[in-house]
Amino acid sequence: MIEVSHLSRTYGGLRAVDDVTFTAAPGRVTGFLGPNGAGKSTTMRVMVGLTPASSGSATVLGRRYADLPNPGREVGVLLDASAQHAGRTGRETLRIAARTMGLPTSRADEMIDLVGLTPTEAGRRVKNYSLGMRQRLGIATALTGDPEVLILDEPANGLDPAGIRWMRDLLRGFADQGGTVLLSSHLLHEIEVIADDLVVIGQGKIVAQGTKAELLAAAGTFVRSSSATELGQALTASGVTVTRSGDDILRTDAEPELVGKVALAAGIALSELRAADGAGLEEMFLELTAETAREGVAA
Amino acid sequence: MSATLTVPTETTEATAPAARPAREVPARIPFGRVLLVELQKMFDTRSGFWLMIGIAASALIATGAVIAFAPDNQITYDNFGAAVGVPMVFLLPVMAILSVTSEWSQRSGLTTFTLVPNRSRVLAAKAIVGTAVGAVSISVALAIGALGNIVGAGIAGVDPVWDITLSQALTLTFANVLNLLIGFMLGVLIRNSPGAVVGYFVYGFVLPPLTMLLADLNGWWADKQPWLDFNWAQGPLYDGEMAGSDWAHLATSGAIWLVIPLVVGLFLVRRSEVK
Repeated sequence: MIEVSHLSRTYGGLRAVDDVTFTAAPGRVTGFLGPNGAGKSTTMRVMVGLTPASSGSATVLGRRYADLPNPGREVGVLLDASAQHAGRTGRETLRIAARTMGLPTSRADEMIDLVGLTPTEAGRRVKNYSLGMRQRLGIATALTGDPEVLILDEPANGLDPAGIRWMRDLLRGFADQGGTVLLSSHLLHEIEVIADDLVVIGQGKIVAQGTKAELLAAAGTFVRSSSATELGQALTASGVTVTRSGDDILRTDAEPELVGKVALAAGIALSELRAADGAGLEEMFLELTAETAREGVAA
Repeated sequence: MSATLTVPTETTEATAPAARPAREVPARIPFGRVLLVELQKMFDTRSGFWLMIGIAASALIATGAVIAFAPDNQITYDNFGAAVGVPMVFLLPVMAILSVTSEWSQRSGLTTFTLVPNRSRVLAAKAIVGTAVGAVSISVALAIGALGNIVGAGIAGVDPVWDITLSQALTLTFANVLNLLIGFMLGVLIRNSPGAVVGYFVYGFVLPPLTMLLADLNGWWADKQPWLDFNWAQGPLYDGEMAGSDWAHLATSGAIWLVIPLVVGLFLVRRSEVK
């Protein structure tokens, strides 16, 4: 169980994580989805105490991560597969982890088997590992302590298709045994095939969350206006629930006609108003991505 | 018969929990284990391994060089000790620096500080292990020097000269440990391997001549130098003749050049992001 409550992290004037609240439940795979730079990694780093929160809190298994007496035995963490000492062998990396947790070093070889590294590969220094091998080594480190919770940042990066399939089965099995899995990705389709629940983040804010089924089926209305804030207030005043996704975009479950009437009554000009179709999640995600696109291609 | 078969099945299904049954909370990681892990980490990397080999090899080479090149009347324990000690002044602080900075430069801190979230415990373990390894290295160096002295005197056909007193050996060891702690401090403060190593060489080899020069030019500084110049205050440690005022100089200048920056560094590490 992971509970994140009103979590914010600012860097100077930039709100990298802005009032983020969500829960990752046991027995389920929670996908943490967002474009590059949306705040996924920062949120995860705050969860495990590597980055201090500016405000709000995050707890794992009911406690602050820093208060866990032996975190590796309860929470498996993989934040960046590249962040391993290049001059250490894979096996030694796992032995260190097992030792820190108070487990026999034989656990290292069990984990090497489990993640599909060969004994020869395990004897090589991490410097010579491909990203996929580092990813497997990172997963092995995370699983060493037989944890109840997994926090994985982009674990599929660098894995080949067979590796991605293997990872998916592994995480599914972990959740089916009652474990909590939180994994992030910037690829919707990767998350779609594995997650039970989705948390979508863009520019530091949560823009959607719910079960995968709910979100993928979400219809409703998409509306764009330069006065999105005022429109949001007007809609809320009319009893319509509104979700803001980006500077000038609102989404709501209400019919387009109703939204149009409210906008007219409030005297707010709209630049776009239409029914969001079944692929609402993908569209929303594309818009999020487009807004932050490095190529500068506006939708 | 059929009832006994179906009942357990139903019970299993009915009570099958969505979540795992509550598990026991594991015991807190004992500090002794953090120490052992940090000791292991100091030697199990390629750089750590070669640093140790380098310390041992340089001690042997230095001893050999004294035997080969020193005139017979210079075959003394003091000269062996000095020859063996010089590489230590370079290598031990580098070892201390890397033990801290590799967590950031190699980014292994992401794992270290998620497995042991209390960063002060990790750094305290590194400081203790570094000091212990440093003290052992110096003892080994002095032993190699002693062996060299006996062998060298034998080859030269003279009596071995034992001109390092026990108190001098102790202050020498202490001086080397101080050096190592300076490396540790710079590692904590700078948290970047090349930066901290360069910092150490500036601190240890560029600043001292500058402060000497300043003492020539500035009367106030010349007056206060014993109290403010850490390098100057360490001088008597190498001679093995520490008077009470020398300890006072060492403590005062050490507070300025070692303790305060270390405290600042530790404060920053506790609050910094590990990326």
